[in-house]
Amino acid sequence: MAQPRTVVMVPVDADTVTIGARAVKNRFAEAIGRRGLAAEVSVLEVGSFGPSDAGVIAAVQPDGIVYGGLSPERVDRIVEEHFVKGRPCREWLLAGEHPLPDPRATDSRHTQYAGRIVLDNCGRINPENIDEYIANDGYFAFAKALSEMRPDAVVEQVKKSGLRGRGGAGFPTGIKWGFCAAETGPEKYVICNADEGEPGTFKDRLIMEGDPHKVIEGMALCGYAIGANQGYIYIRGEYKLSIERLRQAITAARAYGLLGKNILDSGFDFDIDIKIGAGAYVCGEETALIESMEGKRGLPRLKPPFPAQQGFRNKPTNVNNVETLANIPAIVYRGADWFRRAGTESMPGTKVYTILGHVRRPGLIEVSGGVTLRDIIDDYAGGMQSGSFKMAQLGGTAGDLLGEEMLDVPLNYDALEKVGHVLGSGAILIMNETIGVCDFLHACMRFFAHESCGNCNPCRNGLRWLSVITERLKSGTGYPGDIEIMEEIATVLKTAAFCPLGQSPAGPLNSALRYFRPEIEKGIDVTSARPKPDHTARALATFAG
Amino acid sequence: MTVSRIVEKHGNNRENLLQIMHDIQDAATDRCLHRDVLDELSDIMNIPVADLVGTATFYSMFSLTPRGRHIIRLCESPPCYILGSDNILEALRERLDIGIGETTPDGLFTLEHTSCLGACGVAPVMSIDDEVYGNLTTGKVNAIIDQIVENQIAAARNRK
Ligand SMILES: Cc1cc2nc3c(=O)[nH]c(=O)nc-3n(C[C@H](O)[C@H](O)[C@H](O)COP(=O)(O)O)c2cc1C
Ligand code: FES
Repeated sequence: MAQPRTVVMVPVDADTVTIGARAVKNRFAEAIGRRGLAAEVSVLEVGSFGPSDAGVIAAVQPDGIVYGGLSPERVDRIVEEHFVKGRPCREWLLAGEHPLPDPRATDSRHTQYAGRIVLDNCGRINPENIDEYIANDGYFAFAKALSEMRPDAVVEQVKKSGLRGRGGAGFPTGIKWGFCAAETGPEKYVICNADEGEPGTFKDRLIMEGDPHKVIEGMALCGYAIGANQGYIYIRGEYKLSIERLRQAITAARAYGLLGKNILDSGFDFDIDIKIGAGAYVCGEETALIESMEGKRGLPRLKPPFPAQQGFRNKPTNVNNVETLANIPAIVYRGADWFRRAGTESMPGTKVYTILGHVRRPGLIEVSGGVTLRDIIDDYAGGMQSGSFKMAQLGGTAGDLLGEEMLDVPLNYDALEKVGHVLGSGAILIMNETIGVCDFLHACMRFFAHESCGNCNPCRNGLRWLSVITERLKSGTGYPGDIEIMEEIATVLKTAAFCPLGQSPAGPLNSALRYFRPEIEKGIDVTSARPKPDHTARALATFAG
Repeated sequence: MTVSRIVEKHGNNRENLLQIMHDIQDAATDRCLHRDVLDELSDIMNIPVADLVGTATFYSMFSLTPRGRHIIRLCESPPCYILGSDNILEALRERLDIGIGETTPDGLFTLEHTSCLGACGVAPVMSIDDEVYGNLTTGKVNAIIDQIVENQIAAARNRK
């Protein structure tokens, strides 16, 4: 089937859908159909391109033109002018300030930051057209690996690149691949972790919606490197558009012989299937994810054995995050040295962040590991939307709270570690002075208490208590000694919880105490006395709720 | 589709249980996994009912109790919370006259809380069925509900 030459991409996301993006997209399809241009121009719904104030927008590719402030009526004019008469409709052209990424452009404010590696295609190519991915060097890395690299050379290249896992823990990817490659036995698996449940994080969704083939190519390269013939994408059930895009991309790759048996005559077989989750934060943890893939409750497993030894179906399994895998094709095709040109020594390459909260332009950016929180707020997010900066939470709800004094620390693993913090998943939540620390902590603890899988006692009960205590503090009715109890619970969780879910609340809690202790102390009513414990059956039943 | 057909489509294997339960639930008009259906599934897949119930209740997308035609899931995670998801909950409560976990008497809407929906760039966020709505305000919430009710009435009229 001939592919349409031109594509109109309308980002329909949670924001633009409420201002009529879907109606605009439908109108494009209708008007183009009415003009008999449907064979030449396809109309596509895509994810957000990034921060924008321009209302409903549409990108026309390969023309590289972006329209903004669209309504169905304006669409008619644009179709008439642009597609029928063949000249861009100046009135609604977005000049300069549009959010479309240009990988070749250097950033004028931060010339040391290279272009995009992960999001380079997002918004520039039609994600439903494999030819466009290929035309932008897509599957070149896979072909190169199959034809001229041995599997261990691929692992070596990834090791040399210094890429570290983007799912939160930051484990060196090449080393992880090495573990799995070292396992003998014919049955191994590659799993792409697309569960993305960390509140504030939605980078993986936009990668999958905007450039699904990159993820597939990354998985195929991983399969080749470690000797696996089957891959799975475990994706959360809520990500409908991503699921659809991935399914479509897998079908297209199979049709081109890039997945399946004897790929490109190399003798290597690899295929990918999709597994859909059903809503549980803990299933993002790799061993819980594997349990869930086996059709069970998503309870984390004891480690070791690690998935690299015994994972899915108890076979050696490599689990990587979506963004990690999306970095692989560029590393293999262009080489580790090229990759290392961006970023810092400890964190080569780029990182995709989602910026949220009280900033003027929340959204998605891809920058290298040297930027600071201040750069991100002032330059990328357009400054504070209202009020002044009070605190930021780095890396999702499991991440640390940072006070003003941390605004100038570079966001990379080492620099943060030096000041006692971690980077996490890439979510950056910015808050102004209207948010009380206790109020915010309570929202975090409520989340954890709800998402605890209930398997181990410290997590099940400890989180419940942290939620109760922070609620008291938030309303100013904390008992004297509550802070010490929280600290004790955090320590118990950190040392005794079975999996990292139970261990992570210590992050936000301890960092909040580090920067905002006086404010938290204000939540205590010093005149109150802790009531005698009520161990009657009714009281316990109420608590167990 | 019957339960056995759904199982057949995915393959009678525990590994496919979540996809099977998704399909069964989507096919039910009241958007839940009924006890008698789980009994049937238990027989077909040779998995104890207690195990099926345990698995279903572990995941927030499954329900064992009947739900409305449209499921509203309001995000309560911290990024949405700091941008006012509580006010949105108030607006929904007032508009629909139901609380979290309840269904309107006409069976049209069920209101649920959810953790992050991955759309926090436009917080506060809620989803209704497969559609996600962001940058919510009280006014927007009412307009969205109005629209759905209107569509429902129009659809009913067309059917007549
Ligand atoms: C509670 C919990 C939730 C997690 N959620 C995710 C997730 O949604 N996506 C993800 O990629 N990793 C998540 N992780 C991290 C994974 O366990 C694992 O480290 C990661 O998928 C490895 O991939 P990477 O090395 O490419 O980062 C989570 C970990 C924990 C403890
Ligand atoms: S926090 Fe509400 S959608 Fe992410």
